[in-house]
Amino acid sequence: MLLTALISGLVLGGTYALVAMGLTLQYGISRIMNLAYGEITIFAAFSAFILFSTFGINPLLGMAIVLPGAFVFGYLIYGVMMQPLVSRSSRTGSLEVDSILATFGLLFVIQGVMLITFGSNYTSYNYLNFGVNVLGANIAANRLLAFALAIVIGGVLFLVLTRTRWGTTIRAIAVAPASAPLVGINVNRTARFAFALGTMLAASGGVMVSMYQTFNASMGVVFTMKALVIVIMGGLGNLMGALVAGLLLGLVETFVATYVDPGLTLASTYLIFLVVLLWKPAGLFGKAAGR
Amino acid sequence: MTLISRRNALRVLGTAVTLLAGVSAAAVSAQDRSSVKIGYAVSITGGNAGGAGITTIPNYRLWVHEVNEAGGLELPDGSRLPIEVVEYDDRSSAEEVVRAVERLVTQDEVDFVLSPWGTGFNLAVAPLLDRFGYPLIASAAVTDRAAEFAERWPGSFWLLGGGADYAGALAGVLGEAHAAGDINADVAIISVADGFGIDLVNAARETFAEAGLNIVMDRTYPPGTTDFSPMINEAQASGADSFVAFSYPPDTFALTQQAQVAAFNPDVFYLGVGTPFPTYIGANGDNAEGVLSLGGIDTSNAALMDYRQRHEEFIGQAPDFWASQMTYAGLEMLEEAIRRVGLDREAVANELSTGTFTTILGETTLEDNQLRDLWWTGQWQDGVFVALEPSDRDGASEIRLPKQPWQGQ
Repeated sequence: MLLTALISGLVLGGTYALVAMGLTLQYGISRIMNLAYGEITIFAAFSAFILFSTFGINPLLGMAIVLPGAFVFGYLIYGVMMQPLVSRSSRTGSLEVDSILATFGLLFVIQGVMLITFGSNYTSYNYLNFGVNVLGANIAANRLLAFALAIVIGGVLFLVLTRTRWGTTIRAIAVAPASAPLVGINVNRTARFAFALGTMLAASGGVMVSMYQTFNASMGVVFTMKALVIVIMGGLGNLMGALVAGLLLGLVETFVATYVDPGLTLASTYLIFLVVLLWKPAGLFGKAAGR
Repeated sequence: MTLISRRNALRVLGTAVTLLAGVSAAAVSAQDRSSVKIGYAVSITGGNAGGAGITTIPNYRLWVHEVNEAGGLELPDGSRLPIEVVEYDDRSSAEEVVRAVERLVTQDEVDFVLSPWGTGFNLAVAPLLDRFGYPLIASAAVTDRAAEFAERWPGSFWLLGGGADYAGALAGVLGEAHAAGDINADVAIISVADGFGIDLVNAARETFAEAGLNIVMDRTYPPGTTDFSPMINEAQASGADSFVAFSYPPDTFALTQQAQVAAFNPDVFYLGVGTPFPTYIGANGDNAEGVLSLGGIDTSNAALMDYRQRHEEFIGQAPDFWASQMTYAGLEMLEEAIRRVGLDREAVANELSTGTFTTILGETTLEDNQLRDLWWTGQWQDGVFVALEPSDRDGASEIRLPKQPWQGQ
């Protein structure tokens, strides 16, 4: 029972972390508080569904189509919408508020496009929906895959960010965007790249989520909220933080549901969020590595 | 004196002209009205869009299309007026639906207002419509207090029954199966901690005990829960032959998937809203077979099957097997009442309350402003969600137990 809860909790947390890691890149490094984040996740989920149901392309192969598309979309959005805000904010210093307002608008644009294209129905399909026995616990294969993907993406990006020169560049603009150009870093290009990478991670989360969760065109905000809680808990811009916070949240929810009452899962999520914020206002990994 | 009288005369003239202009404008609009304005505010976006987009909006559009195709709404003198639609999105917010309906009534001055989707939303607009003298045909609201509401707001009509009806019917189905020796008396229940789930589980706690059933597990979960494996594990360990979930659509889909993963195969598998949706069988195929839920259709009813056909052709998707038919029948009743008594709202409300109508549901009469001839429990059988309960009513199908184990494991 204990082991089952532990494993289910880790796997649930992995799926949370996967969705949150892109937001931590966008917010922590590009300094864009992207409220349309969840919409991109849902858009990717719909794309995976269409590829699967209409063209018979399985979602894992579908990623090869969806992810580059998302990267290009993020790259364009940054260029068209965010660049003017960024250049203006060097004078006013109001990038956060501006980006919240701009992406709030973007949220409704993407949602509207989805409502017209896909309708408002709940969508769901079955892929890899069978049980896998992990140390006695029966876990859905699609969730297990999402968990593995979260660990791999989180681990690889963490290593890249902390161990490579290119990663140092990215962290440099997160820590000191004003000073980075002095050492020859193209802030604009790097921030744009990080934003596009975040969009791509959002899309990969969406494709994975589509395999095991019912979604509709209006559900994006649910993902944005969850991701935001995890990002703030983990520490802005810190991938390892997002991963750990996601896993923690999954564990807490599963343990509360198993041993206390399923009705208290939501309350426990926000309780732990509150505790972390009181104890470490900058998030679990706030100062240590991220910024 | 002359000056004053001239000024007075001018004043009188001015007032008279204004008044006359107003009167003549009113006269023109009464005589030469070119359309009937029908308005509604419904959740096109937001959390409720998934339900409204299946049950409410397609039926409103289908009905308006069909009426206008036929030349419009027929009035008592045999003339026809086309419907002009005013549609608002309430963005799944109760404040917004009230604001939009107020706007429909006071600014757009529509002739009739159609009901929004959801119990809470119908309750939110009911007092407002009552105050302005508009009838409310609530076709997507489940409430046990319909009788009380019909008394408080005489122009309100409730077409979808109450939680106690559905829970009571389910208790009957399970009690009978237990008496026949098909299942044990133990039932595991989970319910969403929101209006619908609370209503049904409260009713179930009473009626299940009366039917000799024993609730061995009773859990509630917050809306938005995505991982049900702890609850499924507990239900599996409880040894109950019956699993009942008073769930919302996303939960319904998730429970079906996760029960398959856990190889959880109870004899009775009952889920809530979303089970009778066409997307449910689309996503689950053969695995939908045997799943129980609310609603159901009588496949021997030719008018109903014809409606389903028309709906699928015009909208591009089939209607659900529960509230869609009541929504459409409510519109048919409104159309017929207008044909009989015209556009006077009070007369229409009176006609709805007392008249007998031929709808896709058959002969339809309201008792105390409520539709009581409803199907309470249904089951997926060979790709159709058929009605089971009340079993003594014409058109009821036989329950098939136990549910087959999940396929493709």
